[in-house]
Amino acid sequence: MTDTSFVRHEMLAEQAPPLTSVGVIGWLRANLFSNWWNSILTVLSLVFIVYILSGLIPWTFQSVWVADSLNECREIMIATWGDTHGHACWAVIRERWLQLTFGFYPSELYWRPILAFVLLIIAIGPVLFPGFPRQALYVTAAYPFLMPWLMWGGTIWGPLMVAAGFAIGYFAHRFIEPILGGLAALIIAVLAALIWWLVLSGPVAGALGGAIPIGIEPVESRQFGGFMLSIMIGVVAIGVSLPIGIVLALGRQSDLLIVKAICVGFIEFIRGVPLITLLFVASTLLNIFLPPGTNFDIILRVMIMVTLFAAAYMAEVIRGGLAALPKGQYEGADSLGLDYWQSQRLIIMPQALKISIPGIVSTFIGIFKDTVLVSIIGLLDPLGLSNAIRADAAWNGIYWELFAFIGAMFFIFCFGMSRYSMYLERRLRTDHR
Amino acid sequence: MTTLTDPPKESFRLSMLIYDTRYRSMTIQVVAMMGFMLLAAWLINNTLTNLATLGKPIDFGFFSEPASYDINQRLLEYDSRDSHLRASFVGLLNTLVVAVLGCITATVVGVLVGVLRLSPNWLVARLMTIYVEMFRNVPVLLWIVLVMAVLIESLPAPRAFRGEDPAATMSFFDSVAVTNRGVYVPEPLFSRSLGDISVFGEASLRFNISLDLILILIVLGASIFAIRWNSKRANAIQEATGDRPTTWHVNLGLLVVPTAVVLVALGFHLGYPALKGFNFQGGTHMRNSLIALWLALSLYTAAFIAEIVRGGILAISKGQTEAAGALGLRPNRIMSLVVLPQALRVIIPPLISNYLNLTKNSSLAIAVGYMDITGTLGGITMNQTGRELECVLLLMLVYLSISLLISAVMNWYNNKVKLVER
Repeated sequence: MTDTSFVRHEMLAEQAPPLTSVGVIGWLRANLFSNWWNSILTVLSLVFIVYILSGLIPWTFQSVWVADSLNECREIMIATWGDTHGHACWAVIRERWLQLTFGFYPSELYWRPILAFVLLIIAIGPVLFPGFPRQALYVTAAYPFLMPWLMWGGTIWGPLMVAAGFAIGYFAHRFIEPILGGLAALIIAVLAALIWWLVLSGPVAGALGGAIPIGIEPVESRQFGGFMLSIMIGVVAIGVSLPIGIVLALGRQSDLLIVKAICVGFIEFIRGVPLITLLFVASTLLNIFLPPGTNFDIILRVMIMVTLFAAAYMAEVIRGGLAALPKGQYEGADSLGLDYWQSQRLIIMPQALKISIPGIVSTFIGIFKDTVLVSIIGLLDPLGLSNAIRADAAWNGIYWELFAFIGAMFFIFCFGMSRYSMYLERRLRTDHR
Repeated sequence: MTTLTDPPKESFRLSMLIYDTRYRSMTIQVVAMMGFMLLAAWLINNTLTNLATLGKPIDFGFFSEPASYDINQRLLEYDSRDSHLRASFVGLLNTLVVAVLGCITATVVGVLVGVLRLSPNWLVARLMTIYVEMFRNVPVLLWIVLVMAVLIESLPAPRAFRGEDPAATMSFFDSVAVTNRGVYVPEPLFSRSLGDISVFGEASLRFNISLDLILILIVLGASIFAIRWNSKRANAIQEATGDRPTTWHVNLGLLVVPTAVVLVALGFHLGYPALKGFNFQGGTHMRNSLIALWLALSLYTAAFIAEIVRGGILAISKGQTEAAGALGLRPNRIMSLVVLPQALRVIIPPLISNYLNLTKNSSLAIAVGYMDITGTLGGITMNQTGRELECVLLLMLVYLSISLLISAVMNWYNNKVKLVER
C-alpha cells in the first residue's frame, strides 16, 4: 500500500493581489465605480466639476487687475479676449481693498488698527495654544484697555482710569479680606470700584489729562468700517459673551427660583427674537432706555446688543454641557467638601466647557457671521461698503468679484475657527482610544 | 442613663442670613429680585421720562392711520390707503410665506445633501462637503444680497422675450418666465369656482378664504383618512394570517381619484403668464426679492440640516442595522422600520430649531426690500410714524410668539418620542 496523500511541506509564496483591487485602479473601483449607480453619480459629478472649473478658472485668472471703472475693465477685456463674459474685474478689489479692510479710517493712522490686530494675535495666543510664551498673558490682560485706546485714540487717561478701577477693586479685596472676611471684602471691593468709575475717575482723568496730556489723534466712530469693524465687534462679542454665558447657564441650572426665572426669561427672550430687532433697539431705543441726555457711541451700543445676543446662545450651549455631565461629578465635588464656586471652578466647569467646545465654537462662528447685519442699521461693515461701492457710478453693476472677496475673507476666518475647535477637541481628549 | 436633648436652640441672628445655608439662598433670591426690580424700574422710568421729553407717549393709535406705502409682493389685497395694521398683517403673512417655502426647500436639499455626504462615492461626498462648508462659513446676508444681485444683473429683461427672434424664451413648455423683474409661474384657476368667503368683513385683519381650496383640502384629508384605514385593515389581515394584501394600488387610487374628480368638477386650469406691453401679465408673479430670500435662506439652512441628518444617521450604531438584517428584514424595511425611527429622534429637535433660525433669518428680507413684518412694521411704518418703541416692541413680540409656538411644538414632539426608560 502506497501512501498517495500529498502534503505540501513548504509555504507558497504570497501572490500580489489582483491589479483591480489595489493601487489606483482598486481605489477607483472601491470609491468611484463600485456599482452602476455610483458610476452614474461619479460621471455626473465629474461633468459638474469640469463645468464649474471651466468657467471659474478663466474667470479668476484671465482677469483685469488695473482699471478705474467697470467700463474701463470691459474695454480692456474686449481688447484682450474679445468679450466681457467669463472674466473677472479684480480692479475693484485692487482699488478698494483698503476701504474694505479699514472703512474710512484715516490712512495715515492705519498703523493703529494693524498694531491692534497684531496685539490681538499676541493676546489670544496664550489662551489658544499651550506652546505660546506665557509672558504674552500680560498683553492679554492689558488688551481690553489698549484696544479701544488704539482704535478710537484720544487721551490715554480714560482707559487707564478704567483699568485703575479694577486695580482698586483688587487691592481693596486683598486688604480687607483678612480683616472682615471674604464676602464683605467682595462687596466693599465692588463698591470701591463702582465709586471710582462713576464718581472719581472722570475728574481725575480730566486733571491728569490737563497736567500730562498724553494722547493720540482721536478717530470718530463713523470712520470705522470694513473687516476692521467686523473683527472688532466679533472679538468683543465673543470675548465678553463667554463669561456672561457661563453665569447665565449656571443661573438657569441653579436651585434659586427667582434667579432661575430671571435667567430663563432673559435667555428665551433673546433667543426668540432675530438679531436685527436687537440692532434696531441699539440704533433707536437704547438711548430712550437710558437716563436723559445719555448718548453714547453707536458702535458701542451695537457691541452691547450683539454681546447680549451671543451670551444667550452661549448660555444654552454651556447648559447642554452641564446637563451632559454625569451626576456623580457634582456629588463627588460635594463629598470633597468643596463649596459651590470651588466645585464649579475646579470640577464642573473644566469638564462642561470641554464637552461644549463644538457648540461654543459654532456659536462664535455664528456671531462673527452675524456681524454683517450691522450693515442694515447703516454701519459700514464689508457688506455695507460693498453696497456703497456698487452704488458708485464707476463700479455700478459689479457684484461677483466683491462678494467673492468678502465671502472668501469670512470663509477663511470661520473655517479657521472650526478647524481650531477640532484641534482643541483632539488636544483635550482624555479617553484613550 | 443618657438623655436625648434637643440641640441648643439658637436664636436668630442677622448674620445667619449670609452664613447659614438655610437662609442664604433666600437672601440671595431677595437681593436678586430687588436688583432686578430696581433695574426694571430704572429702565421704565428713564423710558417714560425720555418719551415725555420727546413728546410722544406710548400710543398705538397710529395703527389705524393710512399706511400710504405700497407692498408689491402680497397674498392679500392691499393698497396704500389701508391702515398700518393691515400693512403689518400683510407683512406677517409674507414672513410666514417665505418661512414655510424656505423650510420645505431647505429640508429637501438638506436631507439629500446629508445622505449624499455619507455616500461611499468619494467624489460625491467631497462635493457635498464643499457645499456644506461653503454655505456654513459665509454669512447668510451675503448669500441673500448675492443672489439678489445675480437675479437682477444677469437675467433677461421682459423686453428680451419680445419679437420674432427673442433673446430669451420661457422655460418649462412656455409656462415659466424668468426675468430680471421676477419669476412668472402659472397660477391655478377655477372656471366653475365656488367663490370666496371673506372673514372679518372690513376690519384690518380681513382676508378671503377660497372655498375651492377648502373643498380640495377636505377631499384630500378624507382620502388620507381612507388610506390609513386601508393600511390598518392590511395590518390586521397580516396579523391574523401572516399574508399582507397589496395595498399600494388601492391607496394610490384613493389619493388621486377623488381629488382629480373635484378638480375637474371645479374646472381647474392653469393661467399662463403672457407678455403684454412692457411686462408679463397673468400667472403668479414672484418678485426677485422673494426668490432671492427664499433661495439663499433655504440653501444656507440646508447646509446645517445636512449636517444634522448626517449626524443623526451616524448616531445609529451599526449593530442596529445588522440586528435588523439578522431578523430577515430587507434593506428598505431596515431603513424605514429600524434606522429612521431612531435617527428621527436625534434629527428632529435640531431640525426644528433650524426652522426657527430660518424664520428669524427671514427678517433679513429688509436688505433686499421684501416686505415682510420687519420691512413693514419695523421698516417703513416705524420710519413714517416715528414710533420706534411701539414698533420694535411689537416686532419682537411677533417673533417671540412664533418662536415660542415652534418651541412648544418641539417640546410636545420631544415628549412624545422620548425613550421610556426603566
